[in-house]
Amino acid sequence: MIRNLLALLLMFSPLLVAPVTAQSVYNDRQLPDPEQERQAMALMETIRCVVCQGQAITGSNADLAADMRGMIRERIAAGEKPEDIRAWLIQNYGEWVSFKPEMGGSSTPLWIIPLFALALGAFLARGRFKRKAR
Amino acid sequence: MRRVLLWAPFVFFASLFAVFASGLLNPVDRSVPSGLVGRSVPAFELPGMLDPAQPVSAASLATGKPKILNVFASWCVPCVQEAPALMQLQSRDVEIIGIAIHDRPDALRKFLSENGNPYAAIGDDANSRTQIAFGSAGVPETFVVDGKGVVRYQHIGIVKPNDVAIIMAKLKEAQ
Repeated sequence: MIRNLLALLLMFSPLLVAPVTAQSVYNDRQLPDPEQERQAMALMETIRCVVCQGQAITGSNADLAADMRGMIRERIAAGEKPEDIRAWLIQNYGEWVSFKPEMGGSSTPLWIIPLFALALGAFLARGRFKRKAR
Repeated sequence: MRRVLLWAPFVFFASLFAVFASGLLNPVDRSVPSGLVGRSVPAFELPGMLDPAQPVSAASLATGKPKILNVFASWCVPCVQEAPALMQLQSRDVEIIGIAIHDRPDALRKFLSENGNPYAAIGDDANSRTQIAFGSAGVPETFVVDGKGVVRYQHIGIVKPNDVAIIMAKLKEAQ
């Protein structure tokens, strides 16, 4: 009798082991709402994994990247705007965490130099055309 | 004038070469600094990992006394190496609050019995949410938080014995 009881207990023992970590189910699962999933995906593809650094969090196997995916999906499901989440992540990790270039700040020269180069090119070319016309 | 111009491409190439060479010889620092230094700790509330009666929250960091927040895990190999330095800090009456990432109480107890327990309380950050809110990119990382709950300093990586003096100085500054 006791043996049978023990066997029964052993059979169900995996059920007794409660999941100890409360990881988000959305780390690697899509949101039920396709529109929200599309928004989350678009954001996750432009957030850099802070562990592997060359990858977006969508393509990273790092635990931290998985947790970031879960967090982004949950926050979007809760109605938060993707760009607000991006801004929050930039606040925490710096501009570097976003693959989407932001206008202004340290990236200003990147936007302005091409304009200068174009203006300089036009100025140089102008001289050429004048000479030919004569 | 023409003679000077003749050298211009060479000078241009040499300076370009110097830029690339210095980039190759001194690889960039890959650590990701937290944007929270100088700002208040984010609102968070974590259950106690070992003692459910000892939760860790933003309020437990703003108690009027500067303290240390250590982001670690029992599975983190470098965290073993920083244990002696943390014990040294604890012996100097520094309060260390731990945040354990992706951890389990049994694994953590084993880790603490092997390496010593410098922590006043340990929060259970099972899904890294608090770590992300702190702008921490890995384990171990250590933050100095002042009495008002403002992050004053971040140390990325292992706290080595010679970092103890730096952290003590930062704690004093935060007073």
